[in-house]
Amino acid sequence: MDTKNNPEYVAGNGLIHRRHLLGLGLAGIGSMAAGSALGADAGMLSIPAWSKAPGNGPSEYGAPSPFAADVKRLAGSPSATAPGTGASRTPLHLLRGTITPNSLHFERHHSGVPVIDPAQHRFVIHGLVRQALSFSYEDLLAYPMVSQIYFLECSGNSGANTVATAGDTNAAAIHGLLSCAEWTGVRLSTLLAEAGVTDTAAWITATGADAASMGRSIPLSKALDDVMIALYQNGEPIRPEQGYPMRLFVPGWEGNVSVKWLTQIKVADAPAHFRDETSKYTDLLPDGKSLQFTYAMGVKSVITSPSGQMKLLRQGIHEITGVAWTGHGAIRRVEISADAGRTWADAHIEAGQQHLALARFRLPWQWSGAPAILQSRATDSSNNVQPARDIWMAGYNPANRYHYNAIQSWSVSAQGDVKNVYA
Amino acid sequence: MFTRKPVYMLTIAAGVFALNVASIGLAAEAPANPVALGSAITEAQLADWDLIVAPDGHNLPEGSGTAAQGQAVYQQQCAACHGVAGEGANGSPALVGGSVLTTPPLLTVGSYWPHASTLFDYVRRAMPPTAPKSLSNTEVYQVTAYVLHLHGVIAEDFVLDKNTLPAVQMPNRDGFIDVSAN
Repeated sequence: MDTKNNPEYVAGNGLIHRRHLLGLGLAGIGSMAAGSALGADAGMLSIPAWSKAPGNGPSEYGAPSPFAADVKRLAGSPSATAPGTGASRTPLHLLRGTITPNSLHFERHHSGVPVIDPAQHRFVIHGLVRQALSFSYEDLLAYPMVSQIYFLECSGNSGANTVATAGDTNAAAIHGLLSCAEWTGVRLSTLLAEAGVTDTAAWITATGADAASMGRSIPLSKALDDVMIALYQNGEPIRPEQGYPMRLFVPGWEGNVSVKWLTQIKVADAPAHFRDETSKYTDLLPDGKSLQFTYAMGVKSVITSPSGQMKLLRQGIHEITGVAWTGHGAIRRVEISADAGRTWADAHIEAGQQHLALARFRLPWQWSGAPAILQSRATDSSNNVQPARDIWMAGYNPANRYHYNAIQSWSVSAQGDVKNVYA
Repeated sequence: MFTRKPVYMLTIAAGVFALNVASIGLAAEAPANPVALGSAITEAQLADWDLIVAPDGHNLPEGSGTAAQGQAVYQQQCAACHGVAGEGANGSPALVGGSVLTTPPLLTVGSYWPHASTLFDYVRRAMPPTAPKSLSNTEVYQVTAYVLHLHGVIAEDFVLDKNTLPAVQMPNRDGFIDVSAN
């Protein structure tokens, strides 16, 4: 078959083989698009004004184009009773690639963003160690560092889709407590070795210097594995909203354990059972029991385009794209369905570091103008498969909002309106 | 002139290379963590700074309080958000009453929290939201006792202190499944 000019349909409702993304292109089948918006330039082209006068010179700290001003976080309204508490969400549907710009990284604060003078900040390791130690910011800057790309996801992310009726919202509102950045810092194991963890140690507790003194407990085995004290985010000092001057970063685990504004690590023989690991961030089950210390984030994917509240303006070829991630290793496979899960096609996954990081997937789709339901289903290197919504819901109390990783369904109407649905 | 500059730079480069070789040689013989900049500090220095109270009661401060004493603290510091009887208000959570088994469940300190230590720990570090860490240890004992009493966990005259608090049995003490090893 001439795959250059004839798309190879691999699943129902117009899904096209991913090889069409790999150098073969879609030039031939692009002509099949009806009502293409590309025919708008009918007259003579003229040289634009910005090509006839010099622009602004260099600046000290860059900012987005004013024409891209809509690419911003979805910030919640301030809390009347708990100042500084709240969240802002990454605009997943407005981003491509896998790295979240620092100004768009999601936020979740339990008592606001402290303004910390790094010269006054102290980081202390104590408890079950041979020698309790205090470190300054300058001290930590002198240690050997590592750089790794990791996703960070709040365990309450996507909880909006656990409610009984699907909300008419967008990808940011539902899934935007998810970001991915390159984090650079000092391995915690390096500093724990310097303090000398004793034989009875089994856990660490980490506490932030914010007004809530937010704390979490982490098993020592994880702390000695890949946990770092992050000092840089995408190459620059980490932002105040992310814990400046330093945060714990716990790869692959629910975001809350990556304690920001880190000031204290107490080595212990048991967890502290902080409020945010008992009252919150625990998963209520159908029988009234709860799971505690659900750390690794489950395998998950979401189509970010087309996604909720977008509108398809023409029939023909569209690229379905989105992100996939897992706290259990790397994404191995992402499948796409355009017919509510009856048939599936493998998406192309971009190369790059994918261990505990976002993976970008893509697949061409020929939209005929008929209604469709778009879904993505991820599989990870530990053979975990993203569950259907009804399967996930059956495992928990209907009130549980944490650790939701079920398949997202976007309906596309005959008019091209894309909407969040349960299917 | 034109050719001398690169020669000069080559000389510098060779010197840097020699230095690198020397430092690699040193690193191979040094301990795995040659940078050790932590300053020794004692637990005594951290006594007022370490706020962590675990279920075993370790690190609970001196002082004590009863529910009877805590009522005034609660009404002044907590009731505006959590309601005069802990029923919740203004978007702030209820503290007492409720059950994990109703539809929908009502998760409160009384119906859900597995350890009394968590209430003491959280109030001391984070409450009230407008002025965290403004309560004295005695006030924290008192208001902790009051909230526990509102749910019927302890009697009004029960003296909460570092010895009695760890023994308080919360209603949902056995309601959690530790999956940290999964």
